[in-house]
Amino acid sequence: MFGEYNAIEKKILSGERLDRADGIKLFECRSLTWLGALADHVRREKCGDYVYYNVNCHVNLTNMCVSQCKFCAFGRAAEARGAYAMTIDQAIAVVEDALNDPNMSGLHIVSGLHPTWTFDDYLSIVRALHERFPQLYIKGFTGVELTHFAKISARSLEDILTDLKSAGLQAIAGGGAEILSDRVRNLLCPKKATADEWLEAARVAHRLGIKSNASMLYGHIETLEERVDHLIRLRNLQDETHGFQTFICFPFLPKNTALEREIKQTSMWDDLRTMAVSRLMLDNFDHIKAYWVMLTVPVAQVALSFGANDIDGTIHKETILHDAGATSPTGLTEDAIIGLIREVGRIPAACDCNYNVLRIL
Amino acid sequence: MSSRLSRAEALALYERNDLLSLAQRARAVKEQKSGRKVFYRINRHINLTNICSSNCPLCAFQCRAGDRLGYVLERDDIAKILEEARSVEGLSEIHIVSALHPTKPFEYYVDVIRQVRCALPTVEIQAFTPVEIINFVRLTGASIEQILRTLIDAGLDGLPGGGAEILSDRVRSIICPRKATADEWLDVMRTAHRLKLKTNASMMYGHVETVEERIDHLIRLRALQDETGGFQSMLLFPFHPANTELGKKFDLKPVGAWENLKMLALTRLMLDNFDHIKAFWIMLTLPIAQLALAFGADDLDGTLGRERIINAAGSTEGTSITRSKLERLIREAGYEPTLRGVV
Repeated sequence: MFGEYNAIEKKILSGERLDRADGIKLFECRSLTWLGALADHVRREKCGDYVYYNVNCHVNLTNMCVSQCKFCAFGRAAEARGAYAMTIDQAIAVVEDALNDPNMSGLHIVSGLHPTWTFDDYLSIVRALHERFPQLYIKGFTGVELTHFAKISARSLEDILTDLKSAGLQAIAGGGAEILSDRVRNLLCPKKATADEWLEAARVAHRLGIKSNASMLYGHIETLEERVDHLIRLRNLQDETHGFQTFICFPFLPKNTALEREIKQTSMWDDLRTMAVSRLMLDNFDHIKAYWVMLTVPVAQVALSFGANDIDGTIHKETILHDAGATSPTGLTEDAIIGLIREVGRIPAACDCNYNVLRIL
Repeated sequence: MSSRLSRAEALALYERNDLLSLAQRARAVKEQKSGRKVFYRINRHINLTNICSSNCPLCAFQCRAGDRLGYVLERDDIAKILEEARSVEGLSEIHIVSALHPTKPFEYYVDVIRQVRCALPTVEIQAFTPVEIINFVRLTGASIEQILRTLIDAGLDGLPGGGAEILSDRVRSIICPRKATADEWLDVMRTAHRLKLKTNASMMYGHVETVEERIDHLIRLRALQDETGGFQSMLLFPFHPANTELGKKFDLKPVGAWENLKMLALTRLMLDNFDHIKAFWIMLTLPIAQLALAFGADDLDGTLGRERIINAAGSTEGTSITRSKLERLIREAGYEPTLRGVV
């Protein structure tokens, strides 16, 4: 590789940590396959040849949301068309339907910030689902939702998380991080958790022994420097707590959002570059996830050679991103996921929300 | 780097499945051959008819005589298309590929070329795959050389690379039993090159062929290129199974993105005597075609304008693209968009 990048390559191959300037250089690099090869090398050393996936079901309890973020096509006002809020029985019915797949092993629950629901409303659904389906793991709620719960109930994050844990919650979802910069958040999502609040929710969860995921929503108004700073903030917290399990790259899907007219969707080129740089910067993360719903299935498959070692799950029926014009299917069969992983020459490993391997195929 | 890959080496690279090291080698070869340039052209595809006597199980475009969906473009239809094409700025190529119509005589095709040449005197006419040329041979009893000379006199500049599929008679007997054999396809190309026609080559993979048969296919193309030097670029066609008899019969799934990129890089490495590798976006999808530029491709074909054959097999990419969009894709990949103009 050419001049200035030799030093970065040496650092990576010797396991030395990359700094902010290195991260920015990597984003500016035009040699996508060089980047990919380095990320793939790090992936092989750190994660081996398993590709993790979940046989799971997404449950989005409500799309009513007080936050009104500009990048969202899912959330809406209570009186808006298509607004819904599930009862406990409706949530159970969604899961019953997904249980047609005998390998279904867990739930992913994320939702809007409902204007009138109390924390107990959310909590009682978790409890009911856990009691009804004790065999299923439950991952759910982003740092944004947790912060919201603390505010509306005037209780501490610690109390909120302790209650959720005893109701059956086993891991925290990675969403809501967006870009951890208050400049960006003030422009796009001023009404929800700040960068510090999102990080604090993760910190408290980790302290209570609850693992969480992390993410980055990119490809809107953020700069490349802000992407790098975002990764560094996650890396710093991970140094402190070691409670993050996986990092997920979310390319922004502009359709049906308030940004639809001004922002073009990211290219595959940017998606793979961002995946690779994330793998290289986040040296203390065990897993990097290629979320096929947003990347599309072909890009997610190729991303497995750009640093990813997780391809998310079967999902059953995805709605949040399909409201934003996602062109991928709303669910995949387990066989399809296994086929994608095998074509890449890796080993499919079905796991739960805490990366406990359930089956190796 | 300079030593030629053998069959065994190519198979070993395929088996090793190290996508990114393949990509880096392929990209290095691309940059040796064409530097920072990525080529594209403003072109127009014309598919004269979809009524076909060959009825290959691999095809979703063809239909039989009498079928409600069958069509044939006559002189007036073509005049209309050419009139429209004349107003396209920078148009440099007319690309004509069609079914093997059961009753249209060879003269019909010669007239089409004459008509295009007359309407667009400076545009490059790339028309008739070797499969169609062999059909003309069968229709008329003339030799390949006589057919090609007649078409050259009418204005033909080159042959597209299609119809090669997999150059193995075992495979052809399953996927396209009635059309040109492997040897016939190569013979047409050999003769065309001798007559100074420019041609492309291709491979359609992802159906019933083995990996060994893919490699052998590439080796046959490479051997002919050693002999003639007449191939300009190579195109890879991943098989689109939707709406095809072959797809149904063998329950075939579309080839994955990984496999497509791997084949592209491997092809760039194998075909050391080819100047260009085309990423045909309508088959690969635009995102994968863009990525192909990092895997050894140096040509994105063109704007197409109403492509019908691949569209019939369930391609989701639409049938044309604007020049500015193609240029943006190339620039983002770090290369210089280079428009192939009228020569």
